[in-house]
Amino acid sequence: MDASTWAPSRARPSWLARLFDNRIFLICICLFPAAGLLLAFLTYPLGLGIWLAFTDTQIGRNGHWIGLENFQYLITDRVFITAVWNTMFYTAVATVIKFALGLWLALLLNEHIPFKSVLRAIILLPYIVPTVLSAIAFWWIYDPQFSIISYVLVNVLHWRDTYVDFLGTPWAARWSLIAANVWRGIPFVAITLLAGLQTISPSLYEAALLDGATGWQKFRYITSPLLMPILAIVMTFSVLFTFTDFQLVYAITRGGPINSTHLMATLAFQRAIPGAQLGEGSAIAVAMIPFLIFATLFSYFALSRRKWQQGSDND
Amino acid sequence: MTDTTIDPAAVTESEGPQLLSWDSRARRIVTIYVPLVCFLIVLLFPFYWMAITAFKPNSELLNYKDNNPFWISAPTLDNIRKLLFETDYLHWLATTMGIAFGSTFLSLFASVLAAYAIQRLRFRGSDYVGLAIYAAYLVPPSILFIPLAQVVFQLGLYDTPFALVLTYPTFLVPFCTWLLIGYFKSIPYELEECALIDGASRLQILRRITLPLAVPGLISAGIFAFTLSWNEFIYALAFISSTEKKTVPVAILTELVQGDVYQWGSLMAGALLGSLPVAIFYMFFVEYYVSSLTGAVKE
Repeated sequence: MDASTWAPSRARPSWLARLFDNRIFLICICLFPAAGLLLAFLTYPLGLGIWLAFTDTQIGRNGHWIGLENFQYLITDRVFITAVWNTMFYTAVATVIKFALGLWLALLLNEHIPFKSVLRAIILLPYIVPTVLSAIAFWWIYDPQFSIISYVLVNVLHWRDTYVDFLGTPWAARWSLIAANVWRGIPFVAITLLAGLQTISPSLYEAALLDGATGWQKFRYITSPLLMPILAIVMTFSVLFTFTDFQLVYAITRGGPINSTHLMATLAFQRAIPGAQLGEGSAIAVAMIPFLIFATLFSYFALSRRKWQQGSDND
Repeated sequence: MTDTTIDPAAVTESEGPQLLSWDSRARRIVTIYVPLVCFLIVLLFPFYWMAITAFKPNSELLNYKDNNPFWISAPTLDNIRKLLFETDYLHWLATTMGIAFGSTFLSLFASVLAAYAIQRLRFRGSDYVGLAIYAAYLVPPSILFIPLAQVVFQLGLYDTPFALVLTYPTFLVPFCTWLLIGYFKSIPYELEECALIDGASRLQILRRITLPLAVPGLISAGIFAFTLSWNEFIYALAFISSTEKKTVPVAILTELVQGDVYQWGSLMAGALLGSLPVAIFYMFFVEYYVSSLTGAVKE
C-alpha cells in the first residue's frame, strides 16, 4: 500500500470521530448516564431526605426548619420506640435463623447428590417471586379461621385444641413475620454460601481426612475460616435488607395489631405518605442511617480483609 | 457437576476417600436426604398452597370439614376468570412489563458505559468511582422513597410510569455496573489492543469486540434487573396512585384487598399469575441468574 492510497482514508475522521477518540471526553460521556441517574435520583434525594427530617414539611406544603423537633417528638412516641425495638429484634432473630438454616442447606447442597442444579433452581424460587405476592400467600396461611397450619396442628396432629391466632396478638404476629422473612431469605443465603463453599479446594478436605479429622473438625478448621469472608459480605447485605424491610410487614400486618409490629420503614411510610407528614416520616427514615453506615463499614472491612488474604491483587 | 446417580459403585469411584471413613448409605439418607426433603417441602409449600387455592371453588375453600384442604375435588377456573375479566389485571400486567423492560434497558445502557469507562478506560480514581457505585447499592429504597416522592412530584412525573422507569435505576445501575465490571475484567485486554492498532475507535471496540464477548454478563445483568424491577414494591406504592397505572404487586395488594371479606381465591390467582412471568423468565436463564447472584457477592 503506497502513500497515495493511504492519505484519503487517513484524512477521513471528522472532528466528531476525533472527539470520540479523546480519552477524557470519552470517559465523561461514558460515565454521564450512570452518574446522572444516580446523582439525580439517589444522592440528591438522600440529601433532601436528611434536610426534610429537620423540617415540618407536609404533602403539598413546603416546610420550615424546625431543628431537632421531629426527633424530640419521636423519642417520646411509644409507637416509634416500639418500631425501633421491633426492627432490631426482627433483624437480629431473622438473620440468625436465616444464616443457621441457610448454611445448613448450603452444606447439604454441597454434598454429592443427584439433580443438584435442578434442586438449586427450585430452592431459589422463594427469592425470585415478588415478595408481596408470597407475603399474600403467607397472609392466607396465617388466616385466623382457615389457616392450614392450624388445621394440621388441630385436626391432623391433634396437638392443639384451638386454632392459632397468628396475626391477632403482638408476639404471635412478630414471630409469624419473622418466619415469613426467614422463608424468603434462606434461598439467597444458601445459594451464595454454596458458591463460597464450592471455591474451597477439595484437596484440603482430603488432607484433613488423612490426618484423621472428624466431620466437625473439618467444618471448624477448614470450612468456616475459608467461608468467613463471603459469609461476612452476605450477612452485611442480609442485615441491611432485613433492617430496611418494608414489603413483608406492609403486606401481612400493615403494622397491626395496634401498631405493634411496625418496622421503622413501614412506620416512616405510614407517617409520610398516607399521613402526609413528610418531615416526620423522613426523620424516621434518617434514624435508620447510623445503623446502615455501621453495616457498610463492616462490609468494607470484610472486603479488604479478603483482598489481604488473597495477596496484593489490585485488579 | 454430573452427579445424576447414587449408584454405590459410582460413588465409590467419585468420592472414594470419604467412603473409606464413615459414609454409609443409611447415614447419608438420614443426614442429607431427609433434611433436604424437609427444606424443599417448607420452601415450596406456599407456592403449592397458592396454586391450589387459586383453583378451588369457594365452597371448598372455606370448608375444611367435608373436604381435604390439601386437594381439590372440583377444580374451577372461576377465580382466574374473575381476575382477568372483572379487574384491570391485564392492564396491570402490561404496565409492569413495560416499566420492567424500560428500566432494565435504561440501566443496562448506563451500566455498560460506566463499567467500560471504569474497567477499560482506566483513569485516575476509577477505583473510587467503582467503589462509590458499589456504595450506592447499599442505600436501601426504604430511606429514599420519601424524598424521591418529592423529587418525582416536582418533576411532574407523579402517577406516571416514567416515575418508576427513572427511579428503578437507582438500585439497578449499581448492581449491573458492579456485575459488568467483573465481566469486562475477564475479557483479555489484548483483543482491544489489537483493534486499537488496527485503527478502530474506542466506540467501535466497545460495540464490535467488548460487548459481543460480554453477552453472558449482559444477559445476567438484564435478567437480574428485570426481576428486581418486576418485584419492586415501595416506589410503585408511593409514586403511583391511579388504579389503572399500578404495577401487579401493588395492584393485587391494594385493589384486590377490599372490605372485610377477602376474595382469597382471586387473591391467590393474582399472586400466582403475577409470579409466573418472573418464574418462567427465571427458569429459562437459571444459570445466568445464579451466576449473577453469586458473582455479585463474590466480586
